[in-house]
Amino acid sequence: MNKLKAFVNARLMDPASDLDTAGGLIVQNGKITDVAPGLFADSAPSGAEVIDCEGLVLAPGLIDARAYLGEPGQEQKETMATASRAAAAGGITTIAAMASTDPCIDEVALVEFVSRRARDTAIVNVVPTACVTRGRKGKEITEMGMLAEAGAVAFSDGHRAIASAQVMRRALAYATGWDLLVIQHPEEPSLAASGAMNAGEMATRLGIPGIPSIAEVMIVERDLRLVEMTGGRYHAACVSTAASIEAIRQAKSRGLPVSCSAAAHHFALNELAVGDYRTFTKVSPPLRSEEDRLAVVAGLADGAIDCIVSDHSPHDQEAKRLPFAQAADGAIGLQTVLPLALELHHNSQVPLMRLLDALTRAPADMLGLEAGRLAGGAPADLVLIDPDRPWRITEDMFLSRSKNSAFEDRPIQGRAVRTVVAGETVFELNGS
Amino acid sequence: MTSAQKPSASPILPNSPLAKGHLLGIEGLNPLEIGYLLDKAESYVDHNRQIDKKLNTLQGRTQINLFYENSTRTRASFELAGKRMGADVINMAVEGSSIKKGETLIDTAMTLNAMQPDILVVRHDQSGAVKLLAQKVDGAVINGGDGSHEHPTQALLDALTIRRRKGTLSGLTVAICGDIAHSRVARSNIHLLNTMGAQVRLIGPPTLVPKSFERMGLEVHHNMREGLRDVDIVMMLRLQMERMQGSYVPSTSEYFHFWGLDYEKLAAAKPDALIMHPGPMNRGVEIATDVADDIHRSAIREQVEMGVAVRMACLEVLCDQRAGA
Repeated sequence: MNKLKAFVNARLMDPASDLDTAGGLIVQNGKITDVAPGLFADSAPSGAEVIDCEGLVLAPGLIDARAYLGEPGQEQKETMATASRAAAAGGITTIAAMASTDPCIDEVALVEFVSRRARDTAIVNVVPTACVTRGRKGKEITEMGMLAEAGAVAFSDGHRAIASAQVMRRALAYATGWDLLVIQHPEEPSLAASGAMNAGEMATRLGIPGIPSIAEVMIVERDLRLVEMTGGRYHAACVSTAASIEAIRQAKSRGLPVSCSAAAHHFALNELAVGDYRTFTKVSPPLRSEEDRLAVVAGLADGAIDCIVSDHSPHDQEAKRLPFAQAADGAIGLQTVLPLALELHHNSQVPLMRLLDALTRAPADMLGLEAGRLAGGAPADLVLIDPDRPWRITEDMFLSRSKNSAFEDRPIQGRAVRTVVAGETVFELNGS
Repeated sequence: MTSAQKPSASPILPNSPLAKGHLLGIEGLNPLEIGYLLDKAESYVDHNRQIDKKLNTLQGRTQINLFYENSTRTRASFELAGKRMGADVINMAVEGSSIKKGETLIDTAMTLNAMQPDILVVRHDQSGAVKLLAQKVDGAVINGGDGSHEHPTQALLDALTIRRRKGTLSGLTVAICGDIAHSRVARSNIHLLNTMGAQVRLIGPPTLVPKSFERMGLEVHHNMREGLRDVDIVMMLRLQMERMQGSYVPSTSEYFHFWGLDYEKLAAAKPDALIMHPGPMNRGVEIATDVADDIHRSAIREQVEMGVAVRMACLEVLCDQRAGA
């Protein structure tokens, strides 16, 4: 831990400082002590352990603002130990744990449980989030002040919308007392209630009840009005439609304190992936039309969408081997979010720096974390990325306890080859 | 304590809200009128400490206390004030009366008016209800608290308590803490303190102290330690039970943690800062028991004492006004 380490011969990429240069960095006591353009093997400080990055991209470790980790209550689907190994293999060094566990994280003691369990069993950083409403029932706000003091970095009812405008108003207003972040799952619940996939031609053909895309923008636009009134800091998680992304783009131009994120499956897949009732593609919000997918890509490119998240939602076979409409929502994503993001770089749709920004600096600022930047004093959470290495996503590589990926057998390019948390290597790709 | 100043001649001008012989709120009163009411009240403080408290100033007058909301101290205070001034006082209990059977406010007002009362003290759960009733009766109406609007005699008794302890109101910094949004006590105090030249800060959670109060020229603080910094007076408000269960505030424990007055937070105020509370207190919710009972800092019992004197003064001034004195 205290040992001096020199990462040399790297392509340093730091979105926070817009740095993209050859060099290296020095790590000691779990912190970055120096970012050194031009640092190569022959100029490393004496006595340091030298890690040769072989010209690959050395970036801040990725921060995933939205992942479900199974604990407490659904350990048969996921644990912090298994999820954190998957995260490390995916280049992720910090996970914001979703609060929609069983019991859900709506009391101080449960926030402390998540922190303690993470410290004892996870190999990457896990920061707790807490519920906006007690029992995620959408009626009474939680003790947000004390939950934040206990360590909750944001507030969210998970994959459940805060449906009542009055409750959302009170939550946003109350949160301003500490500048807390309220995360919405933007889906009008009564419109989405009976649906199982995006409403459209595909749903019609399959005979599956649809969720109209307006269910998303209706909640987003309502919430933006509430943000305007209350001044509360607001994040729309996993936006999936052109209309809602445009609404947030406009709100930002008006100076509102709003942000949003996109899940990798919403820019890597469209509703056609449902194909022959593949339940692993059943996610919430649902995979949308090709126009909506392209709007997500454009939103990432111009910054209307701040962050990329995995929306990691592990489910066992019992929850997925069901008729499509009865199957659980969600797909795993910790190991695939980075390579799927890199696809947008290879397709020349989003610059590499912006993609890394959406995976490091943007979520760090949103959650108020010190990590997510290459700077002296910042935590030595790092990822070494080979952006070009071609490979194939296969079931046997998944370290998550659940294997419900929507991307099995997909050929892909680029991945994390080494992941470092607090100066210690927690993942290294064999044969790299 | 300052000695009682000799009450001067009435400063009430024809365009004053008091000119019609009602006390419906503090808003619109000028510093001379407020000072006049406080001076009158001051003259009754020592009187009320005598064994023989009976006066005949209002002999022959009839006072009806009409309370649509439950009240112990305000109603008792008005009743004692009227009796000490020599008036005949009756209390109308709304519970179990024809009012509960669906009689409208106006009909009740007309019925009572037919009995020729000289003074009606009215408390109602709806803002503006007392003013509506005042338009329909011939006697003097005193607002004993209407909804979230005003509670003028509470603000006057608070002002008298402060003036006796600090010698003046002007130039003081007063923090009002708690459920400002729903508080008639806060509104009346804001008007009075602003009028008399005190600085008012509002402290509480954003759901109960919305930023819209800044447009009234007030400082709004959500962090209690910052809000209490160097204040002369700390006025705590009662948190209503129904606000505590997650709609405005998540829990009493979170409320006390961030906005309950304890010695740790009080340390930010001036060392001689006075602690006030209109009552009834929720100990352990908005105020710690040891702070509430601190005989050196707390003026809470004195407030109750001043209440009777202030109400005696209001009764006298309104009856004088109607008699054309």
